[in-house]
Amino acid sequence: MTGWSRRNAPGVAGAVIVAAMAVLAVVGPPIWGDEAVRIDAAAILQGASPGHPLGTDNLGRDLLARVLVAGRYSLLLALAATAIGAVAGIVLGTLPSVLPRRAARLATGTVNALVAFPGLLLAMFTAVVTGLGARGAVLGIGAAIAPGFARLTQTLAATVANADYVSAARMLGVPRRRILTRHVLPNIAEPLILNLTQALGGALLGLAGMSFLGLGVQPPDFDWGRLLFDGFPRIYVTPEVALGPAAAVALAGIGFNLLGDALARAAARTSVVRERTPAPPVADGAGEPDPGAVLEVRDLTVTFPGGVTPVRQLSLTVAPGEIVGLVGESGSGKSLTAAAIGGLVPYPGTVTYAALRLGGRDVATLSDKELGTALAMVFQDPLAALNPALKVGGQLAEVAIVHEGADRAEARRRAVDRLGHVHLPEPERRARQHPHELSGGMRQRAVIAMGLMGTPRLIVADEPTTALDVTVQRQILRLLREVVEETGAATLFISHDIAVVGELCDRVVVMYAGRVVEELPAGRLADGAAHPYTKALIASLPDLDTDRSTPLAGIAGTQPAPGQIGLGCAFAPRCPLATARCESERPELVAHGPGQRVACWEVK
Amino acid sequence: MTRRLGVRRLVRFAVSLGVLMVVSFAMIHLIPGDPVRAALGPAAPLELVEARRAALGLDRPLPEQLLTYVTGVVTGDFGTSFLTGEPVGEVIASRLPNTLSLALLATAVALLIAVPLGMWAAVRTENGRNRGTELGFSATTGTAVAVPEFLYAIALVTVFAIALGWFPPAGKAGPLTYVLPVLALSLGPAAMIARISRVETLRELAKDYVRLARAKRLPAARLHLRHVLPNTLTATLTVGGLLLTSLIAGGVLVEYVFAWPGLGLKIVESITQKDYPVAQGVILVYGALVLVVNLAVDLVLGALDPTSAIKEA
Repeated sequence: MTGWSRRNAPGVAGAVIVAAMAVLAVVGPPIWGDEAVRIDAAAILQGASPGHPLGTDNLGRDLLARVLVAGRYSLLLALAATAIGAVAGIVLGTLPSVLPRRAARLATGTVNALVAFPGLLLAMFTAVVTGLGARGAVLGIGAAIAPGFARLTQTLAATVANADYVSAARMLGVPRRRILTRHVLPNIAEPLILNLTQALGGALLGLAGMSFLGLGVQPPDFDWGRLLFDGFPRIYVTPEVALGPAAAVALAGIGFNLLGDALARAAARTSVVRERTPAPPVADGAGEPDPGAVLEVRDLTVTFPGGVTPVRQLSLTVAPGEIVGLVGESGSGKSLTAAAIGGLVPYPGTVTYAALRLGGRDVATLSDKELGTALAMVFQDPLAALNPALKVGGQLAEVAIVHEGADRAEARRRAVDRLGHVHLPEPERRARQHPHELSGGMRQRAVIAMGLMGTPRLIVADEPTTALDVTVQRQILRLLREVVEETGAATLFISHDIAVVGELCDRVVVMYAGRVVEELPAGRLADGAAHPYTKALIASLPDLDTDRSTPLAGIAGTQPAPGQIGLGCAFAPRCPLATARCESERPELVAHGPGQRVACWEVK
Repeated sequence: MTRRLGVRRLVRFAVSLGVLMVVSFAMIHLIPGDPVRAALGPAAPLELVEARRAALGLDRPLPEQLLTYVTGVVTGDFGTSFLTGEPVGEVIASRLPNTLSLALLATAVALLIAVPLGMWAAVRTENGRNRGTELGFSATTGTAVAVPEFLYAIALVTVFAIALGWFPPAGKAGPLTYVLPVLALSLGPAAMIARISRVETLRELAKDYVRLARAKRLPAARLHLRHVLPNTLTATLTVGGLLLTSLIAGGVLVEYVFAWPGLGLKIVESITQKDYPVAQGVILVYGALVLVVNLAVDLVLGALDPTSAIKEA
């Protein structure tokens, strides 16, 4: 079975059940109608037998036939209740958009109060008022359905009413009622119809419940609930007599629910086209570990199903105490590179590499304890990176508790110490607070302190200052440098901001469309950049000499998506120097001066 | 929650309670014809009907009746049963605990089954892995949600009480008698909460703090129980609280199946027998229960929400 049909199997099952119910409602009474009411004094209150598979009732009538015939009445009552509820609800729900403000608020308040009430309670209320019988039950269940519809209509109408085309119609002086019928209602029809399916199922169950309690359909009429009411006292002797109506009600409920679910999903789903997954490229040739590198990455590739490869054969090394900046536009694969190094690429991404070593050892062979204490990660938004439900101190302390077997008090002490270490004022108090009680800068300090709970050998900082104020950015950058100098950790600093990178880092690695295009010492950024993309990045920076009256120098065009990269240089379409060769053949990264490597045909 | 928000909730609660009282008062007057005649039947002598009407105060002007009714309700006087002459307040007081214990136990059981189940399913199906589990989970819970509680009740009685004889089939006498009604009442809500728990867990798993916790290489149990679970509880408990109101209503049917001496059984009896004062009182109590639960959910959530301090500052 393909993935598509498997996902839709419940919906198909629901549709089949509902269709079968509809067919039964049409053909049931003509076929079995006579048998269902034929009284047989010789066969009163019998259990299952070949002649009566589900037994007979107190007048000797065949129960199977009665169940099959009762489908029509059950469905009709449910339809009636749904219709009443839907009409009343839609009217009640549209009232706020046509009534004057005060009355509208009253209508909204009424709906909100009614929605909270269980339907059965409303149904019982009407049952008291109208007396026992199908009419009261239908009215009651209808009344129970109405508030849900009203709420939905209200919400949807409010959304549509604020849409541009409605505002435009209003400005053009279209009368309110016309806006409602011409603009609002047609646009909310689909979710309402969807709700109708679910309401119909609910009505069917509700009516069955009312009849089962003896408050709904009364003899000589019968629906499934009534048959269950009659059969229930007999389950001690002949349980099969309750089986038929119970199964019918359960099946109807399940059918409508599965169908409603599937319709809701179909309405919500944007079409996702899945391509076949190619085998990830094989990488080999790990070679000997580089003794001078803490982090050594060779030929790192990250692939997603559908042939999307956001990171392609990326290689880089970071020495102890060195800060390497990884620069690129969003979508260049720099954050996925960080995730791959941290072992955090989300499913279904696959990571392959020739070498991915931390301290000379393959990361795959490192234990959680080693990785948890040797690798510190800092993310872009510190509020999102800290758990909102846990106190800051506890989030730090758990690293020591989990990986080093520290006891609570000791771990806490260290957490407070580390928080003080990153210059968080009042570390004792801050440790006892939740993340939302800290400012943005404090939170990022706390995240950095978390990395210092172990003995970090590698710090991966993924846009750690992007979400912060400019003044706070500086402080965090200073803190990072301080931490690196003190711990001697190798640091991979990921940023789209080449100015920040130039200031903080020792070396810069520039990524474009999943590949490294240039690698150079940070000091040479200003005058030594060779790759046209790096140059363009630098040129796009405004500085004091920039003429503010001209628009910012951008890079024309957009970076290709990972699935659309051709054979040649990925930058060629945007490159002023591109030749025919750039389009067809990809340049390799080659040495270009001291500590610099460039992947470009046009750099000599 | 800010104090002002709390006060506003309380005011809304009071208004709703007032409306509820008026509505339950109006119920008897909405009955077409004469409710006393309807209750006593066409054969009852006129003097008896008149006497009963006078005893109920139905011959007084409407505003006076409303005032008498509201004063009565506030002082715990809900009138007397047409049939037995018992004070309705006593009937309610003796039966309410049975209904409440059933609903509370069922809520607890539903949460205990559903939250771990939903989390487990979320962890297994994160980012679309294990499609089989996802399909099985959604089909099972989708089916379980759709089966009404009275069918669970009948099925449980048939299998575990009648066929196997493990549990008593009806009545309330000791802990064993609770098992089947609580189960019948909690299965549907459990399926619903499990779905919500899964969705909430999936939402949390995608967040950065989980990435950071994973980068810290925390053991799976710690990651899921200490980091993810508390963040899913707000939404899950909201729904759990609201489900409690539907449990109160669903309890009517379950009480009926198990002949459980609660309010639900009583209301069915009273409606069938046209014992209007009892029906009126019980419906009022049910309505008030729903309002109390909703208020409690609002207040508890306000207190639980860890970001509430921001709003207070």
